[in-house]
Amino acid sequence: MNSLADFRRETRAWLEANCPPEMREPIADDSERCWGGRHWTFKSEAQRLWLERMAERGWTAPTWPREYGGGGLSAAEAGVLATEMRGLGCRSPLDSFGIWMLGPALLKYGTEEQKLEHLPKIVRGEIRWCQGYSEPNAGSDLASLATRAEDAGDHFVVTGQKIWTSYANFADWIFCLVRTDAGAKKHTGISFVLFDMESPGVSTRPITLISGKSPFCETFFDGVEVPKRNLVGELNRGWDVAKYLLTHERNMISSIGDRGAAPTLGVLASERVGLDAEGRLDDSVLRARIGQFEVDEAAFRLAIRRFGEQARAGIPVNPAYSSALKYYGSELNKRRNELLMSIGGAVALEWEGDASDDGARARDWLRSKANSIEGGTSEVQLNIISKRILGLPGA
Amino acid sequence: MALILNEQQTMLRDSAHAFISENAPVSHLRQLRDSRDETGYSKALWKRCADMGFCGVMVPEEHGGMELGNVEAGIIMEAIGHTLVPTPMLSSSVLATIALREAGTAAQQSRWLPRIASGEAVVALAVDESARHRPDHLDTRCRSDSRGLVLEGDKLAVMDGHVADAIIVAARNPDGDPALYLVDPKERGVRIERTIMVDAHNAARIRFDGLILKPDAILSGGNGARALGCALDAGRAMLAAEMLGIADEVFARTVAYLSERKQFGQLIGEFQALQHRASHLYCEIEFTRAAVAQALAKLDENPAGGAEDVSIAKARAGATATLAVQEAVQMHGGIGMTDELDIGLFMKRARVCQELFGDDNFHIDHVGVLRGY
Repeated sequence: MNSLADFRRETRAWLEANCPPEMREPIADDSERCWGGRHWTFKSEAQRLWLERMAERGWTAPTWPREYGGGGLSAAEAGVLATEMRGLGCRSPLDSFGIWMLGPALLKYGTEEQKLEHLPKIVRGEIRWCQGYSEPNAGSDLASLATRAEDAGDHFVVTGQKIWTSYANFADWIFCLVRTDAGAKKHTGISFVLFDMESPGVSTRPITLISGKSPFCETFFDGVEVPKRNLVGELNRGWDVAKYLLTHERNMISSIGDRGAAPTLGVLASERVGLDAEGRLDDSVLRARIGQFEVDEAAFRLAIRRFGEQARAGIPVNPAYSSALKYYGSELNKRRNELLMSIGGAVALEWEGDASDDGARARDWLRSKANSIEGGTSEVQLNIISKRILGLPGA
Repeated sequence: MALILNEQQTMLRDSAHAFISENAPVSHLRQLRDSRDETGYSKALWKRCADMGFCGVMVPEEHGGMELGNVEAGIIMEAIGHTLVPTPMLSSSVLATIALREAGTAAQQSRWLPRIASGEAVVALAVDESARHRPDHLDTRCRSDSRGLVLEGDKLAVMDGHVADAIIVAARNPDGDPALYLVDPKERGVRIERTIMVDAHNAARIRFDGLILKPDAILSGGNGARALGCALDAGRAMLAAEMLGIADEVFARTVAYLSERKQFGQLIGEFQALQHRASHLYCEIEFTRAAVAQALAKLDENPAGGAEDVSIAKARAGATATLAVQEAVQMHGGIGMTDELDIGLFMKRARVCQELFGDDNFHIDHVGVLRGY
């Protein structure tokens, strides 16, 4: 226990000395995030320095083993690091699908060679990854995917199309689900492969969303050659890897509902809508809805904290619990955005112009509608809870 | 501050559940209700609860108690929610105990706390005066006249009021400030009327009509208003814990029913319309569990510093238990409407727990006030 207190003291001192002041200011919008990759241009010297220093210690992936470039921290130490970073207002040094999604799957299913090749580059933000899962005809029913990988001796030849590939146009590598046995039942003929997005035959096309932004792409594979050493896990057993990885994705999306120091809705609303003579929000129905939201949001945050405490204490938690967090977190974020639009009123509807910061709030509001679709729809999460937690018949 | 139980607390939870489910299943409440039992709870069972350490869970060791915290008392309340056993746990062992601990004089404490811990005495707390919980609107007051201090006012929804050996009354002192007074229910000027409640738990209306207070009636060992606030917040957290137990119990019974009841030639639990509602309810219960854990743990850190967490927990638990009992009746169908099935008893008790010391409307409003909007 003492050593954890020491670790906290040392960590705080190190963060204070090494986190540049600019990296302690709240992120104003998504363009200030650091994603890394071959073609990344740092937004500032502070952003470059912060990533370099954190990656040097492996603290961009605190719990990964040191031999793969990670921080080698215990869950308790990683918790201390997260708390101290929050306390000082430190930004995340690196946002990365490699850290959130691929890394945990490689640690569990990858060969030693794959781990040594890919994990250190993920930790240092040198390679930016994207996820090739959904297809035009395989959304909620992901296992019906049709992109095929044909055996060509020492490599596969991949042909097909993915959709909703986040930031595929900026990604260096892709982790991808492909069908390697067309004759098998749909869950059993799928494999999990990795390949370079600069390979001949790969092309991407951004999709413009209702928010006007294009975070997702259509991704096309036309006879892409993928070396067989890039197969993760066993041939035709890629669904196991995919499922494992999806639980990590769900945890990530559910954390959208967990906003650190953002001002509460009630405080925002009292600035915009004003208070009545008794000091209450001057719209009693809106006030009640905000209060209800804040109570639910508080419970949700506490549940995430409790979930973390259980993990650190070694108390077994049903893996499908991540579906509960994902479901509730994304629904909460949609509620939050609806309330923000009510608070913003007509000004928030100005799609362009300075008053609305070019429609920032409206764009976030529209973007939030995807929360309950991406990473498995809310309905799919409820199916999973019914089956894996409640054990209901036929679920 | 932890949101999960430590080893001793886990043991307490297991033994509380085992003791209550073995000795006081739901049929215990039914029996008391159907026989129109005058006491409204089993004194024999309450003595055995004392042997288990429940009655004095929050009483200091020097007065014969366990000197444990809100988390431990909450564990017992949650277990109570599973079988709805009516006991003076909330009134005597939480509310009155905290009022005495925070504001009682040494003499008041040593007279009452040991007897609360041993289960020999029941002490009630009289706060509410109107249909809805409005602790700031206190009309019961003490005035000073030639005979001394005289108490006047009407209280309702006083838990265990008609079986109490002493009643702690929230009233304004002659200066108009909230204070607590310890009253002997047998004195002239106290009129107690038991009110039979929808949940078959004890409650009473009490009228103080020219009651002349003894000089040592006032709880002057601390600040009465602060002690009242501490007792109310603990009471709210305990009711939240009880409602969590209720929600867990009816949810388990409902999921079991979905897995055995057949219609249209299949188990009704196979219908996605019901699966999704059950899964949503699961989420609500789990997140409420975290909110209740937070409120109890916060009160143990600072009994006067948990207002926001307590309101969040009470609001969440009120809404969650309400949803749980409604879904339970709906998913059980016609049988859920019968008195024979236990679900209705849980619905009735959940409604009372919602209302006591502020429903979710009250506490959502309170969160807004505390957060400045």
